[in-house]
Amino acid sequence: MANRITREQVQHVAGLAKLEFTDAQLDAFTPQLDDIIGLFETLSEVDTTGVEATSSVSDQLNVMREDVADNWGQSEALLKNAPDAARGFIKVPAIIDESEDNE
Amino acid sequence: MNYFNQDLASLHADLVAKKVSAKELTQATLDNIKDTDTKIDAFLNLNEDAALAQAAKIDEAGISEDQPLAGIPVALKDNIVTKGLTTTAASKMLEDFKPVYDATVTEKLAAAQMITVGKTNLDEFAMGGSTENSAFKPTKNAWDQTKVPGGSSGGSAAAVASGQVPVALGSDTGGSIRQPASFNGIVGIKPTYGRVSRWGLIAFGSSLDQIGPLTHGVKDNATVLSAIAGHDDHDLTSSTQAVPDFAADLNDATSVKGLRIGLPKEYLADGVSDDVKAAILAAADTYRKLGATVDEVSLPHNKYGVAAYYIIASSEASSNLQRFDGIRYGYRAKDVQNLEDVYVKSRSEGFGDEVKRRIMLGTFSLSAGFYDAYFLKAAKVRTVIMNDFKAILKDHDFIMGPVAPTPAFGLGDEIKDPITMYMNDVLTIPVNLAGLPGLSLPAGFSNGLPVGMQLIGRPFDESTLYRAGYAFEQSTDFHTQLPTLGGQN
Amino acid sequence: MNFETTIGLEVHIELKTHSKIFSPSPVAYGAETNANTNVIDWGYPGVLPTTNKGVVADGIIAALALHATVEQHTHFDRKNYFYPDNPKAYQITQSDKPIGHDGWVEVDVDGVKKKIGISEMHIEEDAGKNTHERDYSYVDLNRQGTPLIEIVSKPDIASPAEAYAYLEALRQRIQFTGISDVKMEEGSMRVDVNISVRPVGQEKFGTKTELKNLNSFNYVQRGLEYEEKRQQQVLMAGGAVQQETRRFDEKTGETILMRVKAGADDYRYFPEPDLPALNISDEWIKELGDAMPEMPTKRRERYVNELGLTDYDAMVITQTKEMSDFFDATVALKADPKMAANYLQGDVNAFLNDNHVDLQATKLTPDNLAGMINLISDGTISSKMAKKVFKAITNGEEPKAFVEAHGLVQLSDPAKLQPIIDDVLDANPQSIEDFNNGKKRAVGYLVGQIMKQTHGQANPQVVNQLLMTALKQ
Repeated sequence: MANRITREQVQHVAGLAKLEFTDAQLDAFTPQLDDIIGLFETLSEVDTTGVEATSSVSDQLNVMREDVADNWGQSEALLKNAPDAARGFIKVPAIIDESEDNE
Repeated sequence: MNYFNQDLASLHADLVAKKVSAKELTQATLDNIKDTDTKIDAFLNLNEDAALAQAAKIDEAGISEDQPLAGIPVALKDNIVTKGLTTTAASKMLEDFKPVYDATVTEKLAAAQMITVGKTNLDEFAMGGSTENSAFKPTKNAWDQTKVPGGSSGGSAAAVASGQVPVALGSDTGGSIRQPASFNGIVGIKPTYGRVSRWGLIAFGSSLDQIGPLTHGVKDNATVLSAIAGHDDHDLTSSTQAVPDFAADLNDATSVKGLRIGLPKEYLADGVSDDVKAAILAAADTYRKLGATVDEVSLPHNKYGVAAYYIIASSEASSNLQRFDGIRYGYRAKDVQNLEDVYVKSRSEGFGDEVKRRIMLGTFSLSAGFYDAYFLKAAKVRTVIMNDFKAILKDHDFIMGPVAPTPAFGLGDEIKDPITMYMNDVLTIPVNLAGLPGLSLPAGFSNGLPVGMQLIGRPFDESTLYRAGYAFEQSTDFHTQLPTLGGQN
Repeated sequence: MNFETTIGLEVHIELKTHSKIFSPSPVAYGAETNANTNVIDWGYPGVLPTTNKGVVADGIIAALALHATVEQHTHFDRKNYFYPDNPKAYQITQSDKPIGHDGWVEVDVDGVKKKIGISEMHIEEDAGKNTHERDYSYVDLNRQGTPLIEIVSKPDIASPAEAYAYLEALRQRIQFTGISDVKMEEGSMRVDVNISVRPVGQEKFGTKTELKNLNSFNYVQRGLEYEEKRQQQVLMAGGAVQQETRRFDEKTGETILMRVKAGADDYRYFPEPDLPALNISDEWIKELGDAMPEMPTKRRERYVNELGLTDYDAMVITQTKEMSDFFDATVALKADPKMAANYLQGDVNAFLNDNHVDLQATKLTPDNLAGMINLISDGTISSKMAKKVFKAITNGEEPKAFVEAHGLVQLSDPAKLQPIIDDVLDANPQSIEDFNNGKKRAVGYLVGQIMKQTHGQANPQVVNQLLMTALKQ
């Protein structure tokens, strides 16, 4: 039981997904996820040597939009839907840790 | 008034002949929903004022014969965005969310002058097969209110089956139109991937999601699909294939004579209930009597569909649902000290358990060190499953089988056991993985609950499925049987 | 201990398209906060991206300009991370099959030529902008979706000077294609830098540090020089370099620790299911390649070999495509190449610097510059007079008309000059005698007198010639 994914791994994945679980939730979630991952592992029975991965089943290829600008004029309505906004900006509590991807 | 037994063509004829006005029809629909929804709980939100105003406008302009859908009420699954009309995806995350744009299908319905009367319940973000994962309320089966309506389009299916609306739209990522259609004894189609634009469908599994109609009969279904299908510049994965007038092909002369049908042995394997098996075997005989041949075929990798699907759909979902972060719209947790709190608390409080479970599975499947063994492996197994279908459909016109292993189960019976719940999708999931069209239609009963049949076709060959479905419908009377609650009947 | 240095550069270049990479919102600067945004840019529920063909074309052009192989079967991927300026919490980028790979640029450091490899280049969307105030951050999504090309170098760069030269070569080549303004000061070119040192002979690369806040090529070089030395000192003192991010301080020229990196980021890349894959045809690549302007290296060769410019002149003229095009157009109008190059480097550049403008934003035209140079060459005006004419052509005036209107025409007609010379000689017999006695200085005096009589308009060369003839009689 609970040997495919540990409680610590569940917590690590939760961190990536920006979710938090109480101890009780973790107790319930961990074995559930473990079972499901057990189901996932049955895929190893399928020989996929030389098989290409499928990431889309659309029949479309090479469809692109011409480079023409069009302002849909939605910014006011969008700002109205923001939980918090000021001076035309979306307002969020201070960013403490500077992310890698942003200056 | 009673329109419960009327198909779209006769409703249309009455509207054209002014036997009933669009406004009267809309008002009756709204009244009936209010009356019956106390039992069914199919709707999350009604569009009363706008619907009546639109109906009045349509009446003023008059309905001509070339507007087959004008003035006819329709309900939309609440993961399809409607400008100005609250769209929740049955999540606390979007409880008060008012979209600022319309989905392409919403626009197409409006262009066809259908009247959107309300938004129907679903499993939160379409994740589930019973509509019990709605953050707001569970919907009940139209035939037995102690049973689930299926899911995730349970609200749409129950609304149609109970006579609240003649047409509803649902979405199907792993069976979410076909299975509730089957559980409620109505017709539902998951069109070929790319047939209907996904613009405005709140994404779950982007490479699997399709919108489709739920109706009482096959012909109605065909009529509505023609109205909502087609390429959309907003959705580059939507196909440029021409959209036929699907209903035009359906007439009494329509037959399945000479068609070759494949019946996969895996679709009648262990786990499929005896009543369901019996219904499908009887349906096979019906087709034989109608002049088709039915061969046993094999989808050898079918059983891996569930695992491949839950990896792919959850991975895509984990990414698609990251945008619900409490920053730009939707739920933001109170009492947050910093940005990390906004993220973690908004998401942990805003999402329900099943959504969190899928996010966790998907995040795990994509994470460093696990991508190759899970996501990539699943994407390869997807190819293998597609090839199984291709091999059969090379010399068969379509595949038939059950939609779900059992009829509707009881409310609360399976919700606690995710794996059992996931395994219920074993017969519908592979169709999404392969991007094929799948039609669900009534094929029998088991202890008073409807049993559905699924017809699976070649890509963009919904026509053959409708033809075969219509022929079956004309030879059987399952679709004429109605739940006792059934609206005004 | 001797060390060798390995530098890696990731360069982000903003493309000058009309619309964003995955939404039709305009790409424009200076718009009101969030004005150039729509539901796609905000990552609204239900929206889908659409690929801008112009961005793909620019990606191909950049690959061709940097001698890279165009990946003809390419697609987009999602890079997942949460940040307020990243509305979907994933960035649509390319990780699996970037649009270009295995390119190179040639650099010249102190006369030594070297090819620096480019491992890959991909197209992706930019994020919005966060402004931080005390307790809150403010998000503007105007920049969200602006198309970027990221260019990643191979670990070939061995010194801060090479890094500078690489960036300059990259900037020039991209600038010549016209797909970007490539201006660091405006943010249309951004550079992420990493550097490691290792003792000569050690096979394994040393531990890298990343440098931030490098807002000019100069700062990149200075930051790297500081960091190179710092790492060497750490190693020489027997210490170990930590994997960390350091900030360059423009005032002190030092790098300061920002944070130590704990483990690798996990971006959970996977193929973007909302966008169909791209199959880039040979025809499209050829079409874009054929339409590409001549690259700066080619132009420099031509300037030196065919037009006789010095290497230095050729280099200065090819700083920007506009300058180089202007030069080519001026020379095509028969202006002397050397003079054209001198004017562009001298008076023109000074004018641009004084007024903080780009060449294309001025009223200067190749027609008028060539006209002015040709007036100098044919003796109509002197170089001194040309100063006034230059000022006029910066105001868009036609040089010949200006010269005539202001009587700046040089007196070169011998028939008109001869009587004046004769008069001056008649009035200065002493000077003639001095000349005959070998005093060459007398000539200078006489020329001065002639210039005085002609109010400075006499052509000095013609005057000299006529005067010498007269004196020798």
